[in-house]
This record gives sequence, structure tokens and C-alpha cells, in this order.
Amino acid sequence: MIRPRAPLFLAKSGYRRRRLADAARLVPVFGGFLICLPILWSPAETDVRDTAPDGIYLFLVWAGLILAAAALAPGLRQAGGAERTGPPEPGDRAGPPPGTGD
Amino acid sequence: MPFNILVLSCLIYVIFLFLVAFVAERRAARGLFGFLRSPMIYTLSLSIYCTAWTFYGAVGYAARSGLEFLTIYLGPTLVFVGWWWVLRKLVRIGRQQRVTSIADLISSRYGKSNLLGVIVTVIAVVAATPYIALQLQSVTLSFGVFASGTPEGWALPDQASTGIWVAAGLALFTIVFGTRNLDAKEQHPGIVMAIAVEAIVKLVALLAVGIFVVWGLADGPADIMARIEASPIANWDLQPGRWTGLICLSAAAVICLPRMFQVMVVENADEAHLGRASWAFPAYLFGMSLFILPIAVMGLERLPSGANPDMFVLTLPLSEGQGALAMLAFLGGFSSATSMVIVESIALSTMLSNHVVMPLWLRLLPGQAAKGDLRWIVLLARRVSIAAVLALGYAYYQMSGGSAALAAIGFIAFAGVAQVLPSLLGGIFWRGATKTGAAAGMVLGLVVWAYALFLPSFGPGAVIPAQVFTEGPMGLGWLRPQALFGVEGMDPLIHAVFWSLVLNTAAFFAGSLLTFPDPVERMQGAAFVNAFDDEMLTGPLGWTRGQAEPEALLIMAQRILGDEAALVFFEAETRAQGKAGYLPDPTPDFVAGLERRLAGSVGAATAHAMISQLFGRATVTVEDLMAVANETAQMMEYSARLEHQQDELGRTARQLREVNEKLTQLSVQKDGFLSQISHELRTPMTSIRAFSEILTEGDLPRAQVASYGRIIHDEAIRLTRLLDDLLDLSVLENGSVQLTLDLANLGLMIDRALAASCHTRPERSFDIQRSMGAEDIFLRTDADRLVQVFINLISNARKYCDAREPSLRIAVRQRGGRVTVDFIDNGSGIPKDAQAVVFEKFARLSNEARAGGAGLGLAICREVMANLGGTITYLPGQRGAAFRVTVPLRLEKPGVA
Repeated sequence: MIRPRAPLFLAKSGYRRRRLADAARLVPVFGGFLICLPILWSPAETDVRDTAPDGIYLFLVWAGLILAAAALAPGLRQAGGAERTGPPEPGDRAGPPPGTGD
Repeated sequence: MPFNILVLSCLIYVIFLFLVAFVAERRAARGLFGFLRSPMIYTLSLSIYCTAWTFYGAVGYAARSGLEFLTIYLGPTLVFVGWWWVLRKLVRIGRQQRVTSIADLISSRYGKSNLLGVIVTVIAVVAATPYIALQLQSVTLSFGVFASGTPEGWALPDQASTGIWVAAGLALFTIVFGTRNLDAKEQHPGIVMAIAVEAIVKLVALLAVGIFVVWGLADGPADIMARIEASPIANWDLQPGRWTGLICLSAAAVICLPRMFQVMVVENADEAHLGRASWAFPAYLFGMSLFILPIAVMGLERLPSGANPDMFVLTLPLSEGQGALAMLAFLGGFSSATSMVIVESIALSTMLSNHVVMPLWLRLLPGQAAKGDLRWIVLLARRVSIAAVLALGYAYYQMSGGSAALAAIGFIAFAGVAQVLPSLLGGIFWRGATKTGAAAGMVLGLVVWAYALFLPSFGPGAVIPAQVFTEGPMGLGWLRPQALFGVEGMDPLIHAVFWSLVLNTAAFFAGSLLTFPDPVERMQGAAFVNAFDDEMLTGPLGWTRGQAEPEALLIMAQRILGDEAALVFFEAETRAQGKAGYLPDPTPDFVAGLERRLAGSVGAATAHAMISQLFGRATVTVEDLMAVANETAQMMEYSARLEHQQDELGRTARQLREVNEKLTQLSVQKDGFLSQISHELRTPMTSIRAFSEILTEGDLPRAQVASYGRIIHDEAIRLTRLLDDLLDLSVLENGSVQLTLDLANLGLMIDRALAASCHTRPERSFDIQRSMGAEDIFLRTDADRLVQVFINLISNARKYCDAREPSLRIAVRQRGGRVTVDFIDNGSGIPKDAQAVVFEKFARLSNEARAGGAGLGLAICREVMANLGGTITYLPGQRGAAFRVTVPLRLEKPGVA
């Protein structure tokens, strides 16, 4: 099936939304890297007691990820809403309020 | 604390939950969703990820393995902050396809295959059983902790009976709220609300204990840091394999766990909620894990060395004499366990009834599909399934003796459900994934998981003989459960996860590449992978042919949805088709919508099977698919053709407009021509008439008569010449002129023309410059006509050249097969704006010197040249009037006409 060709270049708002989605995809990649970083600190070979600093580091990374996701989420919600322009499903049209099926 | 008070507070708490669920259900039934469908409730309901395993087990885990406990929460954090990758698509597909469970999703994706539904159900049940046992064990343990040392009041019942009571109570709650209705979408607002409340209780309880530990027992964060460094936990070393492996495992589990799928996809009320949950859920996990390590450290420090670290959350406040805090912690743990068991058993019972009981029932009693009320059968199946799932969990708890560390059991469950992941991700991102591949992958993964992790968890010799562990089955050393293919020295858990997922994925890809999917599978594959392209919704394609009685469909729908709901649905569909009544035409759209609606209750595979029974046709064929694809291609081709035709029409219209303009112009020209002609004819006529009238009166001197007679004669000649010219022009324009072709010398022709034109203004002496050598060319043409043109041009020059010493240069040049003859005088030439019209009829540049013709001369020249296959043009920029005549060297006869 031939799909309708998407436009090659987008207006500024559309462009920003795409880059926002790219950022959202990158967050877990960077997050994964930062979380796995302690592996490279060769923990087994040092005698330094580093559990507490490691813990603080991990919690900081964690908080950073939460903040990043929170910063991106509102913009992405709008982007998701803009994408939802399809016709309603036939089933949705007739959906009774839940509970009446009993 | 007396045991009976403990039981009493549990009961009060449970009754409170019942009330919350009840009120939420009532509000939902009245359509008052309000905050029931808010992102906050959605996020809180996701917290069933944190079970008793988190609440009690995480502290124990931290006490044993330091920071490694974080992996269980970092994995889901990555999945949720990366919701744009997977979760968003899962939720969208779940809503589009009205998915009822993860088994339904897999079965629906792979051609509504019930076999896959059964496989996923088996995986889920097998993996969930130890997990449910874990919850029962933790509740029982916490009861034991609380009641120990307080023999007064009720006697402490033995642990087994506590477990039974807990299991029975949970079954009751789940049955009451989880199977109240069989609705279009498998959503349970009451239960979600209760879980949200329990989520808050869990979080508050753990935070309270944590704050008490950090600021009550220790002197704030800095002190805690020092204590951590001083405690045995600090001896923990990060093992890279386990660290990354467990993060991946927990990330896989958060997607695949049946209960997570239930709250995340099935109970999702609005896709936008996921965006909020993407950071709020990780924040919840953050809050849950923040104080785990401090609690573990203080527990190790303060409690006797034999104390179970899994119970530190309870025992630490108890030993410090904080009864109320301990009570809160107890309720938190209780909440964690109950919410998990409730949702898990709902999810599993949905799978069991939709993928095992209903298909079996339809298979055994095919005639019953359209008869009898199916709803109570479905509901009964669910209720029995809930009881069965809990019974299984209880049995496992009894069998395993409840001794293993909590964390270990949890990981076994995680690794089990992770076997669904390759087929799930492959299914939503790769159209080439097939049923066979998915089945092969999951079965192989399940077998490896059971052999390398699940069965060994009962201990060496329990299920697998101890000898197999050391030497392998039948002496095959490379098949030792914990050292498959000779991989030794790996952590047993990571080893099992690694091999099961690697083999699972390999089988999945190999099976997918080697087999050919059936049409329904390909259709569903396209719909799943392209879930975000709305036009790719291929739902209606399934039932393009075949017939079903709308009434039979209605009866069947009533059996599943209930009378009222089915009627409402049918009526709305009828209205949408523009008809009145309750029976819509069984169009593909309608039947697909109905199937999706039924799938929301009994799962895609069963709904498909039931509709096929009425349709008398089980599957779509490749031909159907191709027909649809062809139709689309034809439509596109057709529209392209239309577009092309439209362009052509536009072009034609433009051409017509141009022609029309030309015609209008011609008509104007013709009118102008007519009026010119009548004017030209009238002038000599008037003078002839006037003088002839005078002559008829007689009585005139003889000399005057002669003079008048001459005037009349001159005017008559002028008239004749004009008429000759007009005749000539019309003959030339019609192309019906007779040419007499012969060889003629150009120089001689010019001589003739010069001789003939010397009559024009004979008083002027012209200096004629010629190049005799160049003129010596023989042309095959109509000499008389060509000379006529030359005469005209030379006469014009004689007439109009206004120089004091007029001269005319005649230049002849031969180029290619053509000869050009330029007539250039030294007058002031023709003004630029007049150059365009000199060849038009009656075009005269000035009114003086009318001695010549009627202004038809150049027009005739142009026509003559056209007939001779040549051209005549005005040559600008020659410092005088200049005309260029071009003639072919040889004029062929056929070209003449």
C-alpha cells in the first residue's frame, strides 16, 4: 500500500515538537548510561568505602531523570494530542457509561 | 500488641477499602468520573509495581546486597522516562484494539491466535504463582512479627491458617469488585481507586518509618551517611553483570507483568495520563526507595543479629517502642500485598477466562455460541479463576515453606514474565514477526526459565535431582541447569535470564523469518506496527465478504454485553448508518466495530471466533487482503488520473480562452476591414458620381468636360486597382493562387522591378546600389509574383523615402537553401510602434502621399511571400526603412498549395 508522503520540511512549531520527541527518546539512553557509570569506577578493586557516595550519585541521577521527564511531558502531551486526529472508532460512538453492562 | 486488635484494625482497614471501592464504582456507574480518571489516580495505581516485595523485601535486599536493590526501581524508571519509545505505543494499541490483557495483546497481534493467548497465560500464571505466594508469606510473617511475644488475647494461630484467611479475604474482595461487571472495556474504577488509596498508605508508611529512622534514631542525613559507611553494608561491591542484568530485567518486567499491563494499558482512561505518569511514577519509586538503605543500616545496627532483615520495617519501630508507627508500617505492608494480589488475580482471571475457559467452552459446545447467556459463564469463569490463582499461590507458599528470601522469589517471577518481551516488542515494532516465531520463542524461553531458574529454586534435589546440577542430565555436562553450554561462574539468576532471553529471541526471529504469516496476522501486524497512522486502521478489512443476519449478531451481542448495552450499541450503529431501529446492515465497518467491542469483554481471539461462527467463515483469505490493497491502489491511481485530467481540462480551457480572444480580435479586425473597404470604395465612387452628374447636365465648355471625364476615368482606374488588389489578396489568402514555377535569374527580376517602378514619382532621382555578382542566382519560383513584391517595395521606397538625396541599397545574400534580398533606403524609416502593423491591410503610416494603393501593398506582399514559401519582414536598426525578403532557392510544387 502506498502511504501518503509526509511533508519534507515542517513549520517551526512542528519542528520543535519533533525535536522534543527526540529529546524524550534520548532521556532513557542518557539515563541508562549514567546509571551504569558506577560499573566503570571498578568498585571491586578499590578498598574505599564508597557505598554512601554511590548512593547519593544514583539518587541524584534519578532525580535528574524525573526532572527531565517532567520538563518534557507537557510539550509531548500536546504533540500527542495533535497526532490524534483520526476518526472515532465505531465502538466509541456507542459506548455506554461503564457499569451499565451489568 | 494483642493479636485480636491487630486483626480488628486489619478488618477496619479492609472495610474502609471496600467503602472506597464501592463509592468509586457508584460514581463511575452514574458517569461521575471526575478525579477517578485523573492522571494522579493513574500514577498511583501504577504503584502496584511496589508490592510487599518492595515494602519489606527491599530493606532485606539492601541489608544483604547494598545498593543493588535500586536496580529493581531504576529499570522501571528508565522505561517510564522513555515512555515515548514503548509505553506510548502500547497504550495506543491497547485502546485501539480494546485489549483486555497482555495475553490478549499478543494473541490479537499474531492473528487473534488463541494458542499464543494460552502460552502467555501459562507463563503469567506460572510466574505469578510464586509472586502471590510471596505476598501471602509477607503478610503472614508480618502478622507473626506483631503477635509474637504477646500471648494474651487470642492464641496466635499457626502461620498456615493465617495464610488461608488472608487468601480467602483477598479472593472475596477481588471477586466482589473485580468481576462485578463484564464491560466493554475491562475497567474497574472501584479497584483502581482502592489501589490508589493503598498506594498512598504504602508511601506514607515507608516515608514515616524512614523519617523516624533518619531523624529519630540517627542525627539526620550526615549521621546516616557515616553509619552507612561504618555498617557491613558498605562492604558491598557492585557486580557489573548483576547490576546491568537486573536493571534490564526489571525494565522488562514493568512492561510485561500482567498486573502492570492491567493498570497501565487496560485501565488507562486517557493516553495523556501516561505523560504525567512518565515522571510521577519514577518520583513515586524514588520516594519509596529513599529511606530503604537507612532503615536497613539502622536495623542491622540496633536489632539482634538473628533478626530477619526482611521485617526491619516492622521490627525496628516495634523494638523502639513506636507502636503506632509500627501499626502504620504494618498497614503499609498489608496494602502492598493486597493491592498486588487483587490486580494480579484480576489480570490472570481475565486471561484464564478469555483464553482458556471460553475457547474450550466454544470448542466443546459450538452450538451454544448464540444460545444461552454467556455473561454469567464468563463471570463464573473469572470468579473460579481468581479463586484458583489464589489457591495456587497458597499451595506454592505451603510447598516452598516460605523460607526463601523475598527478593529471590520476586526475581524468579520477573524472569518468567520477561519471556513475553521479545514477542511483545517484536510484535509492535516489526511487521515481519509471525505467530510461529512468537510461539517458538516464548515456549523455548519458558522451558529454559523453568529448567534453569524456577525448578532449581525449590532447592537441589527437590524437583531436579542434585546430581543433575553437578553433572547435567544423563551426564550431558553442557546441560547443567546453572551452567548451560558450559557458561560457568555466572550468577545463577543472570545466567538463567541471559540464556532464556537469548534463546527466546533467537527462536522468535528464526521462526518469524522462516514462516509465512496468515492474512489476519498480516492485517493485525500492520495495524499494530502502524498504530500511529490513523488511516492504517485496518479493522474493517476482516469481514468484507460473507453475510450474517443482523438479528443473529444482536442476539449474540446480548449474550455477552447484556441486553441493554447491546441494544444501545446496535441502535447507535443503526443511526450512524442513517437508518431507524435496532438492526444495522452488517457492513464490514459495523461488524469490525462489534468484534472490537466484544473483544473488550472476552478477548480478541474469542470474539473473532464467535463472529466467524455466525459468518460461517473463519478467516480472511490472502485474496481479501490483496483485494483491499488493490482497491486502495486503484483508488490512488484513479485519483491521480483525475488530477491529470483536471490539469488537461485546465490547459484546454486556457487554449479555448486564447482562441476565443483571437476570434474576437479577428471579428473586430473584419469589421474594421469592412468599414475601411467601404470607405476606400466610397471615396472614388463619390467623385465619379458627382462629376458624372455635372456632365449629364450638359452645357459645359469642352475643356471642362474633358477634364471631368479624365477625373472620372482616373477614379475608375483607382477603383479597379483597389478591386484587383482585394481580389488578389483574397486569392492569396485562400491559398488557391495558381503559381507558375520556372527558373529565373534574381538579377533580371530586380531589373524588371526597377524598370516597372520608375513610374512612381518619376521626378525623384534615386541612387540605386546593387551587387551584381551576388544577384546572379537562379531561383525556381514564380517570377512574376516575386517581381510584384520587389516592385511594391521599391515603389514604397520611392514614395516614402524622405531623404534629400534618396538612395536604395539592394543586398542579396545566399544562406543555406534560402536567399535573402534586403531593400534598405536612407530615409527616416518606420517608427518602432508602427513596425508591427505595416503588413496589416489598409495600414498607412501617414495621410500624405496617398498616390499609391489603398494600403494593401505590403499585406499582399506578405501573402505572396507566404505562398512562395518565404517571408517578408521589417529589418530594424538599418538607419532607414529596410525590408528583408527571404525566398527558398527551389520551391517545390507540393509545398505550394
